[in-house]
Order: sequence, then C-alpha cells, then structure tokens
Amino acid sequence: MKRLLLSSVLVGFLAACASEPAKEEVKEPVAASAAAEPVAESAAPAAVEASAPVGEQEVAMPDSNSVFFPFDVDAVQAADRDTIQAHGAYLSKNSSAKVRVEGNADERGSSEYNLGLGQRRANNVRKALILAGAKESQIETVSFGEEKPRASGHDEESWAQNRRADIVYK
Amino acid sequence: MRMRSYVFALLGMFMTISAQAALEIEITGAGEHQTPISVVRFANEEQVAGQAVSTVVSNDLLRTGLFKLVDPLGKAPHEPGDVRYAEWPGVEALVIGSVRTLDGGKVEVRFRLLDAVRQSELIGLAVTAPGDQVRAIAHRIADLVYERLTGSAGVFSTRIAYVNREAKHYRLVVADSDGYGEQTLLSLNEPIMSPAWSPDGRQIAYVSFERGHATVYVQTLATQKRRVLADFSGSNSAPTWSPDGKQLAMVLTRDGSSQLYLVRADGSGLRRITFGEAIDTEPAFSPDSKWLLFTSDRGGSAQIYRIAVEGGYAERLTFEGKSNFSPRYSPDGKGFVYSHYNGGVFYIATQDFESMQMQILTTGGWEKKPSFAPNGKLILFATESQGRGILSTVSSDGRVKQKMFAQRGDIREPVWGPFSKQ
Repeated sequence: MKRLLLSSVLVGFLAACASEPAKEEVKEPVAASAAAEPVAESAAPAAVEASAPVGEQEVAMPDSNSVFFPFDVDAVQAADRDTIQAHGAYLSKNSSAKVRVEGNADERGSSEYNLGLGQRRANNVRKALILAGAKESQIETVSFGEEKPRASGHDEESWAQNRRADIVYK
Repeated sequence: MRMRSYVFALLGMFMTISAQAALEIEITGAGEHQTPISVVRFANEEQVAGQAVSTVVSNDLLRTGLFKLVDPLGKAPHEPGDVRYAEWPGVEALVIGSVRTLDGGKVEVRFRLLDAVRQSELIGLAVTAPGDQVRAIAHRIADLVYERLTGSAGVFSTRIAYVNREAKHYRLVVADSDGYGEQTLLSLNEPIMSPAWSPDGRQIAYVSFERGHATVYVQTLATQKRRVLADFSGSNSAPTWSPDGKQLAMVLTRDGSSQLYLVRADGSGLRRITFGEAIDTEPAFSPDSKWLLFTSDRGGSAQIYRIAVEGGYAERLTFEGKSNFSPRYSPDGKGFVYSHYNGGVFYIATQDFESMQMQILTTGGWEKKPSFAPNGKLILFATESQGRGILSTVSSDGRVKQKMFAQRGDIREPVWGPFSKQ
C-alpha cells in the first residue's frame, strides 16, 4: 500500500509540474462546443504522441497519461487531479484530438469482475475529463480488465501498476 | 504412460503420472471408501497406436479417488473362463478385455466388468470404432465401470474448455476431460476470456478482444464457424447459456456499469435484467432456468447474489471473507460453487441453499473459475503452481484433489462441458 501511495503521489507531483501552463488556459470557458460536437469528426488526424496538431492552439501535452487506483476502487483519486485537469484542458483546446481511456485492474478478483472494474475506472476518468473541459465526443472508453497487465508480478508493487487507467491519444 | 513415483504423505496417497502428451497429472487424497479394482491389460491392446485401453481406464478410475487400483502382478485373463477368482484376494471388481483390428482401419474392443466377490459378470460389451478413437472407447468403458460401481454417471467421455496463454498469445482450447486430445478453436494475439458450453456441447460462447474491446462470439465446434453475438460499445462479456440453449445471459456496459442482459441465441431480443450503478457480472442459470446467480459489488464488495431470470429483487447469498466470485450451480440445483477470496488467497468453496453454510474445499491459492462436472462429483478450476496457471480438480466433498500440468503456457478460464450425447 505504501508503495502505491508513493507512486500515485509521485505521478500527481510530476503531472502538477508539467501542467502548469495548461492550468491557466483551463480558466477559459469551454466554448459553445458542447452541443455542436460533430465539428471535430472530419478534422485532420489527431495528435501523435506529444506534439500538438498543426493549426491548433499550442497547449503542452501533459507528461503523464496514467491515473492509478487503490484496490477495488474505481473513483479517480485526488493525487491524479492535475493529470486529469491537464488532459481536459488539452482536449478542450484541441478539439480534433481524441482519446481512448483504457481501464485496467490487478489480477485479484475474477477476470469478469475485473473487466467490469476496469470499465468503471475508464468511465470515471472519462467523466472527470469532461468536467475538466473535454467533450464527450472526444473520449471513448475500453476495459482490458486484468488481461493486459503492465507488470506481471504477483505482488503489491505490480498490482499497483496494473490498477490503472491510461489516456491514449489516437 | 508409466507410474513415475509413489510417495506416501501424511494426508493420504500422493501420486504422479507422467503423461506422454500434454499434461502431467498429480493426485492427492483419497475417498472415504475406495473400491479395490484390478484393470487387467487387454489382449492385443499394444497393437493399436496410442495409449493402451487398460491404462486409460485405470487412470480415469484413479482420478476419482473412489478406487484402489490393484496390480494384476502378471496375471492376464482376457475371458471370464480364464479367471480363477482365488488368485484375486481382496479385489472386489475386475476389468478384462481384448482389442481386435478389423478391416477398414476399425477397432473392436470387448470388455467385461466382473464382480470378484460374487464371481459374476456385471457388464459384457463389444464396442467398434475407427482406429483413432480408441481413447474415446476407453473413456466410455471407464464411464460404464464407474456408473455400475458407484451409481453415478461417469464424466470421462465429457470435454473441457479453457484458455491457454503463452506471453501475449491466446488459444481457446477444447480437450478431453483428462486433458488429452487438445483441439484449438481460436488462436489470437489478443485476450480470450470466459468460454461457455452450449447445453448440447456443440457450441462455445466466449469473449475475445480481437475488435479492440471485449466482444461475445459463438463458435460451432464441428464447423469452426463463428459469429458475433454481442458487440455493443464498451465491454460485452460473461456469456452463459440457458439450460434449453435458447437464450444466453451476458454482461454489457453499454448503459454504464456492467449489467446483466438476456439475449436469444440468434442475438435478437436483447433484454436488460439488472438496473443499477454497481458491477453485476458472471451470470449463471439455475438448472430449472428460473434463477440467475451472479457476482455484484452493490453491497460494497464483490459477493454472490441470486435474482429471478425475469429480474426484480436480488438476494445476497455470501457474507464470508473479503469477497466472492464466479458462482455456478451444481447440476442438481441444490447448491453452488464459487471462488472465495480471503486473506489474500482464493479458495474453492461450495454452499447449499438449505443451510447456506460455506464449505471450503481447497487449501487456498490462486484458485479461480470453478465449474462442476456434469455428474456433480468433481469441480474443475484454474490455479497456479510454480508460477504457472494450471488446471485442477477437487471432488465435491473436498477429499480428492488433482492437478494437471500443461507443458506450455498458462491455463486459465476452464469450464467443464456437458454430458456428450451418445
């Protein structure tokens, strides 16, 4: 548990450092884009990795794409607030950018329960991103449950890595 | 196949059989009463390729824990007239027989089950089959012997399904109940989960990630043809068939969290059963088709619930441990088996509806996804040994345990198939 908290705090801290510029722009209204969502559909291919798409407002891509969860918990943790805010701001400023939120779980529990848990984690990250300025149409979700672990050990260190949602730019 | 070692442990017999093919089998424990039986080498059985009939029959019977196999010590009668009962003290039953190759590549196996106490014949039968199906004949003989001597139906001719994972490579596999005769139904570099047999044993529903997210497929074994049963946005998973095979229960997240749905076998008539914000998953039909058991975290932790198939109030059934998963009814509908998680360890447990008492059957480990053999006497589940996923069985009274080690990969998500139609 200690290790988990440490890594979450660390991620939160890094995200906070990286997202300083983005934070200011979050204060801007989220435009009147909520209803007219198809605008982004035909836009040019979305951002690749850390570079913003050409012609769109330059907003730094957040450093961390992962948020972490305690055991059997699907609520986004305070430690990841800055990561969520940064991605929400980025998506708000880059309306053609799209992400897939991938929910994962550690191997404790049944594979089907963990598939459900990963989906809830992804859904909650999606909600948080929308609250942080992203549009619904920019985010899809998927759960990999316990099927695609980042770390393969049967210990808390690995499990903490695997209780995770990734924000993946398409 | 040869016996590799006998080790007598405090808890009972411990035996390892080194199989030439896919699996290595280890059996521990023994039934309360073991019938002493001798399976004599069949005449000419070595002339047919593959494992000898008498070896397959012996191993099937041994794995139940209900029999003590007595070494014939060189005696080899093949006909009742050859048997001198005075030479078999302490043996209650004798299996004898012969194998004969027929024209056209066929094989005839004749066998007799003899009551060595009453000195009478209990079964006498001749079975003819293509030469490559001698193992199937041997399993059938073991079924007949088991049925006659225990009064329960044998499950040696049934099949099991599971997922074999090697690194990121997944295979959906069907095999005989003893792990031989592996047949790969699907091979992917994406996860495969939750195989489920149709009640007639002809189709398997499962979850595959080949479309980028969990999608439910149904595949026909004989033709290998498959179709998508559910591909809604989000996760489509946990398929399970109704006893009449006309519909399936499954789990969708298209409306938010994992919820239970019913769908006809052709994919039409989708109907939602649970309406909540919690995770509801792993539905399993009762044998009378009236109820669904399922796993839900609606009470704060994952526990087993029961709901009428038409929906409504869900009754919580498990209260012990940190959480409980993967319920399945016993074939007689009087109880269920599940994976019980407590103190960082998973156990296989059963519970009957009358007493509602949990009975833990195993010593604990990474024990998941239990399912009953169709005669209700054995439970198949996934566990880990030496860092690898393996198959294991435990008798439904918890006395006899068996581990089956695959030579390659991790075995996950096993499920025991129905009785085969003979």
